[in-house]
Amino acid sequence: MTPIDYFIHLDNIYLKAIIYVVLAPVLGGLLAGVDRKISARLQSRIGPPILQPFYDVFKLFSKEKIIVNKFQNFNVILFFVFMVFTGSLFFLGGDLLLVIFALTLAGVFFALAGFSVNSPYCHIGAERELIQMMSYDPMIILVAVGMYQVTGTFRVDAIAMYDGPLILYLPGVFLGYLHVLTIKLRKSPFDLAMSAHAHQELVSGLKTEFSGTTLALIEIGHWYENVLLLGIIYLFFAFNSFIGVAAMLVLYFFEIIIDNTYARFKWELTFKSTWLVTALFGAANIIILYYAMQP
Amino acid sequence: MFLKKSPWIIHYDATSCNGCDIEVIASLTPMYDLERFGIINTGNPKHADIFVVTGSVNESSRQVVKNIYDQMPNPKVVVAVGICATSGGIFRECYNVLGGVDKVIPVDVYVPGCAARPESIIDGIIKALDILERRLVEFRKAKTEARRQEKRLRRYHLND
Amino acid sequence: METIIFLIIFPAAISLVLLSIPIKSVRRLIAVIANIALIAGTIHLLYGSAGETIRYELENIWIERAMLTLEVALSIYIFYIGIRFRRYLVVLFTLLQLALLVHFEAFATPAVPVAHNLFVDNFSIILALIIGIIGSFICLYAIGYIEEYHERHKESEDNRRFFFFLMYLFLSAMFGIVFSNNLKWIYFFWEITTICSFLLIKYHEDEESIDSAFSALTMNLLGGLAFAAGISYAGVYAGTLELDRLIAEGGAYAVVPAALIAFAGLAKSAQLPFSSWLTKAMVAPTPVSALLHSSTMVKAGVYIIIKVAPALKGTLAAAMLSYIGGLTFLVASFIAISQSNAKKVLAYSTIANLGLVVACAGIGTNEAIWSAILLIVFHAVAKSLMFLCVGLIENKLSSKEIENMDFLIMEMPKVSAAMIIGISGMFLAPFGMLISKWATLKAFIDFNPVMAIILAYGSAATLFFWTKWMGKIITIKYGLKNREKVVSPWEWTTLAVLSFMTIGVCIIFPLLSSALIEPYIIELFGVSPSMDRFNIIIIMIIMLGLLTILPIALMYYAWLDKDYKRVGTYLGGANVDNVRFLGSLGAQRTADIRNYYLDGFFNEKRLFNYGFVAAVFLVILMLGVVVI
Repeated sequence: MTPIDYFIHLDNIYLKAIIYVVLAPVLGGLLAGVDRKISARLQSRIGPPILQPFYDVFKLFSKEKIIVNKFQNFNVILFFVFMVFTGSLFFLGGDLLLVIFALTLAGVFFALAGFSVNSPYCHIGAERELIQMMSYDPMIILVAVGMYQVTGTFRVDAIAMYDGPLILYLPGVFLGYLHVLTIKLRKSPFDLAMSAHAHQELVSGLKTEFSGTTLALIEIGHWYENVLLLGIIYLFFAFNSFIGVAAMLVLYFFEIIIDNTYARFKWELTFKSTWLVTALFGAANIIILYYAMQP
Repeated sequence: MFLKKSPWIIHYDATSCNGCDIEVIASLTPMYDLERFGIINTGNPKHADIFVVTGSVNESSRQVVKNIYDQMPNPKVVVAVGICATSGGIFRECYNVLGGVDKVIPVDVYVPGCAARPESIIDGIIKALDILERRLVEFRKAKTEARRQEKRLRRYHLND
Repeated sequence: METIIFLIIFPAAISLVLLSIPIKSVRRLIAVIANIALIAGTIHLLYGSAGETIRYELENIWIERAMLTLEVALSIYIFYIGIRFRRYLVVLFTLLQLALLVHFEAFATPAVPVAHNLFVDNFSIILALIIGIIGSFICLYAIGYIEEYHERHKESEDNRRFFFFLMYLFLSAMFGIVFSNNLKWIYFFWEITTICSFLLIKYHEDEESIDSAFSALTMNLLGGLAFAAGISYAGVYAGTLELDRLIAEGGAYAVVPAALIAFAGLAKSAQLPFSSWLTKAMVAPTPVSALLHSSTMVKAGVYIIIKVAPALKGTLAAAMLSYIGGLTFLVASFIAISQSNAKKVLAYSTIANLGLVVACAGIGTNEAIWSAILLIVFHAVAKSLMFLCVGLIENKLSSKEIENMDFLIMEMPKVSAAMIIGISGMFLAPFGMLISKWATLKAFIDFNPVMAIILAYGSAATLFFWTKWMGKIITIKYGLKNREKVVSPWEWTTLAVLSFMTIGVCIIFPLLSSALIEPYIIELFGVSPSMDRFNIIIIMIIMLGLLTILPIALMYYAWLDKDYKRVGTYLGGANVDNVRFLGSLGAQRTADIRNYYLDGFFNEKRLFNYGFVAAVFLVILMLGVVVI
């Protein structure tokens, strides 16, 4: 029994949530570090140490607190709290749809944080973040719908314990999910809202006006989010935990490659392509599955 | 501690001839790879720890340099890259040039050269890291001092 | 039974009283007392109910005659007004209706006995609560609103007595619709709401409002015509005029009237081929939009659709009905993105949500009806709150444009807070609409995955336009004057009550579901869905979390947080101050921020045209299948 199987079969949901809350930032931070290292190697650089993301975050905690208005950090705190909550809900085995809605709630708070500062760069970032959310939202819901069609439940723990290989039933949904995963992981070509690479047009986009502790919270929030997203990949391969873990790692590597080989899209293309992919792969998969599974 | 491991820079071209700017960018390329020290060019004063200025300061860039410096959170250091930034260089005598960056904001590290070589830029930034560390200690001390002061003031008011 | 009759008769009586008394303060006093009585009446109804359907006989030939007389009088009035404004379509529809009615009354009725004219069940109690409570508060709000409205619109005639007459008359008609079992009675009240809506839309009496009013009238008369045809068919072939018996025992003969009545419902609730009347109706004074065009009258349309849908179950017509709803939801949600007029956004969002309800009714499983009722409840509360906030802001800013609502949280903090609650209530997790959308999604998946996909796309669009609006109002800028000092207490009361209700309905939703909705569903289907206990707990945790974190965090940032340094926003270093920067040639420019409307993707005209054609096709299919 692998540790992951052990985790899935844990009965105590509080323990599961605590494990996630403690481990996710560590894993997420390490992933981010590996990501930067691999990216550097792909560009034939040496790259920062693996622990660099942690150094960054700890440094940010020691910086002075500068703000534009008194309430700007308010929404970021809410974003962080709800992101952690969402992740815990997923990993303790809650309802997948509820997880998605809570994720949306966290995302909305993040966008609102950008809106609440009266800054052009933040505003553009927030607006683009919203376009991204609108782009990926249908696909994420369809992931839950597809999993429900196969397993007959929305409960994450039940889906994780489902014996059949979900990936074989839901190849289209999975491809669609991969597409939106690139948006959610804020990878190029879809890093429209707050990318450091889009400096000329965005400065830092949504997070332009957030610094110090708040910026650190944004980073950690994204680590939590990334672990959650990888968790959803795992669900597709949950029939075997080795394959599941391998799939998560391979796909993350794949995302890094995509990140390093694509130029940034415009938001129009992002939006169009995502909705199209959602319809062509996700929706088609679900409709075919519906008729295939009818007695 | 961690400041030293993750210094983020913002680079501003006051009125350089772009020679030094190219060298600053060059030091971020795979050839020199500044990122192995954890250095990122953020381009946003609110995220930055090190302010890298190239070129001499003139009337129109003075306010911008000052604004950017003011918008950076403490602790922060300033690195003047290139001879123009350190003293005004050959533009020193121009009617609209104020001189080096230190005419507007306090500069911590001077990197001479026309243009400054990437090696010396990296050297200058690494030098700035030590100063950054010291600044953090000073900043913390100032903060506790300010807090104590405030408390004392409050007590004073209460007794009054 | 007394309560029901009280609820139907009392507002009508009050409306006549309000019309006749010339003194403002007396009118206000009467209105307040009447509203309290109405709220008490509906709550009394709730407590007195046994939880099951009770039917009442109310045999009285005079009631029938009075109704017939009034109906003919209304027709003549519409006829006159149609001739006067040269809207011959209106005239045509009225004449057809009148002919149908007279023919039916003269030749068919005597053979059709009606045992139960009135009834009450949990669904009508829910609607009565919405009408009684929300309607009363909207009327209170209107007292303050109309004062300012006439100050702003000096050019329009001050007809406020007539205005309140119509508002209360409308409440009476709405109670009539939800309690009547006799189809002819429903039709009578139905026509009254149509005419009330018409007169209230054209209250301003300028060209645009008259035009919009006639657009609404035409479409609703077409719906009314279908309704009348449905009644005649039911009377002649199915041999009954009772709604419940028609649905339960009508068998094959019930299908045609059910489809026709559903058609009328589509027109009333502004579903797609007809949706343009609702968006045009936004020229009416805001309390009208809140009462008629979001929380109650359009709900009458979906109410009747839900009622007749079981008769269509299993036919192609039901499937078409659900597709019309789905299509409307999708198209209206998309169009709302491209709208910058606040009331139009609200109108499109209303149409979209009613579309969901219609889709649920078309699907007709117990889960679907359960979520449809939830949608109706949550939507009524949150949307009326939104409308009233917009009305207030419109009076203060003299604009309905969302783009003019920058920094609203600084200028009108309390109204903005109410608005944020309203917007959150419309689409965010723990709030009601999300709970019901969730239930709807579950209902859709089992029935038809296409509907689930439509819902997924539509909710993504919903998310976009609500969040950008919310972002607009919460943008913070210092140094602005507070503009809400002059808001009347009438408006404050209503806003506060509705805000608390929006939150409260979500908190008591498990109770609401188990006490009112589930018994109704069990009565209909024998089984009722209910939410997973665990999920309810999670939702409550989120809700309580928000309710505690929000005020604490706000207080912390407002008073306790002292350790910070204020700097300007980043404007490329060229700041003059927080919002101005030095442009080229030393010119000072202001950073002015506007939202995205994505008109290239979600152009109103284009989308509406596509949707219109598709919906006409679906409607023809729906009626065609049934008739053939």
